[in-house]
Amino acid sequence: MDWTIWLEWILKGLVLCLILLTGFAYLTLYERRALARIQVRVGPNRAGPQGLLQPIADAVKLIFKEELTPGKVYKTVFFLAPVLTVVPSLIIAAVVPLGSSFTLFGREITLYVADLNVGVLYLTSIASIAVYGIVLAGWSSNNKYAMLGGIRSSAQMISYELSLGLCFVIAILLGDSMNLNEIVAAQEEVWFVLVQPAGALVFLIVTLAEVNRAPFDMPEAEQELTAGYHSEYSGMKFALFFMAEYQKMIVISMIAATLFFGGYREFWFLKDTFFSVDAVWKIGSFQTQAWFLGPIYLLLKVVVLLFFMIWIRATWPRIRYDRLMAFGWKVLLPLSLVLAFITATGILLAQELNNPMIYSIGIPVVSSLVALLTVVLIYRELRRKSHGRF
Amino acid sequence: MGVFDPIIELSKGLGETLRSFLVEKTVTVQYPEEKRPVHPRFRGRHVLKRYENGLEKCIGCSLCAAACPADAIFVEASENTDEKRFSPGERYASTYEINMLRCIYCGFCEDACPTEAIVLGDNYELSFYDRREAIYGKEMLLEPVPSEQMLTPRKVEAGVYTRSVPEMKDPTD
Repeated sequence: MDWTIWLEWILKGLVLCLILLTGFAYLTLYERRALARIQVRVGPNRAGPQGLLQPIADAVKLIFKEELTPGKVYKTVFFLAPVLTVVPSLIIAAVVPLGSSFTLFGREITLYVADLNVGVLYLTSIASIAVYGIVLAGWSSNNKYAMLGGIRSSAQMISYELSLGLCFVIAILLGDSMNLNEIVAAQEEVWFVLVQPAGALVFLIVTLAEVNRAPFDMPEAEQELTAGYHSEYSGMKFALFFMAEYQKMIVISMIAATLFFGGYREFWFLKDTFFSVDAVWKIGSFQTQAWFLGPIYLLLKVVVLLFFMIWIRATWPRIRYDRLMAFGWKVLLPLSLVLAFITATGILLAQELNNPMIYSIGIPVVSSLVALLTVVLIYRELRRKSHGRF
Repeated sequence: MGVFDPIIELSKGLGETLRSFLVEKTVTVQYPEEKRPVHPRFRGRHVLKRYENGLEKCIGCSLCAAACPADAIFVEASENTDEKRFSPGERYASTYEINMLRCIYCGFCEDACPTEAIVLGDNYELSFYDRREAIYGKEMLLEPVPSEQMLTPRKVEAGVYTRSVPEMKDPTD
């Protein structure tokens, strides 16, 4: 094997890690500023222009902070748990395509680290490893609150992973491939969110639960569990958990953008225009393909999706734990199962009857109706339980 | 109650937060650059006042120290002479110290003062690196002289400043 391939891989991996790390740093600032703005405050704006150096200040603070290791923790696991949480959140991004490709020194450089033909499977498997870190952190802390946080987290993430997997199935069916590049390429004509709006909605809800964000932030519910699984962690070890959480937010937004919102591709109505990723830009005699638009579009989509997460955190209260589990198992799992079924049937019917209308109109309409029916059923169930009191 | 009411309520909540994100102005005061004026009757850091002619109002009577419930004030009086006059009357405060860590800003000293020399001002930025710095001396409390010629102590004509407490037009004021 050529050594340049190794070099390319290492460089790409390094760049991806750097992107995620700076992304994490600035996501904390983004969240604090946006949250502050929603609460009619200003937020951190002192360190540097508009507070842009705040993440660096935070990092310095956390690095120099004293790290406490409580006396009765299970040391090996206690030290390993933060690492076990961070690493999956970094490596999960390896299969997400950040753009198409460009030519440098006569070789084509693709803007993804790994072109895995079972990319979606990779995502699900790595996402489930992240549970271990949290559970082990909770268990090894030898603290009741941390333990409860860890247990809650494992139960929650395992439950919601089922629906997440089924949402992946929807995207796989629509893209006719498990390769994320091909899924993105399949969205050239129309984004999957338009074909399967209910599926995208379920996916977004489930991702909130997967990354332990409000209103599903059970594992670290401050009012009940102090800080949940990371109660006993301080200093840089705590920062690693924090990092993992925010990197997971970024990565899961990237995955959501890739699976349902066209990935690094432009808006579908900009397809053959100047702003397309495939367009060729000519500046004088210099001619280039507009590959650099890919990462920009992806970044835009990620920023918007992240704003939704922050917005929801600012608005909705935390859901009760039993209702969280009931919602996952009794609502989202059947719903996503039905949506996957509708998608598969729709694609098959469109092929068999040779009628693309079934694909473009039938699937969205039927799945939206199913989603509305779900809302009606939830309402009736809640009403029955409360004996008509509301 | 309709079937979709819960969904509508949730969306209303989202709308409310989005509205405050986009429309509402922040209420934050950028403190060190921008300071809000205090109330007229705000009780901040003490100021020792002067008369218009530059003489100190404080006559070192220690009534403020007596009135102080926190025992934060220490006054030491000395004799005035016409050669070296600080304040009208017989005596002036040669030492005037307030321990800002003991002071509870109740304003009793202000009420006790017969010459309206001590006044709680509008300065609330009191911070110290150690406890010794918390004891404010006379030079820190005394307000600056109105003009260069009115420095204290100064030489005055004999027999002019004999009365230590000024005659007040409206004693209830």
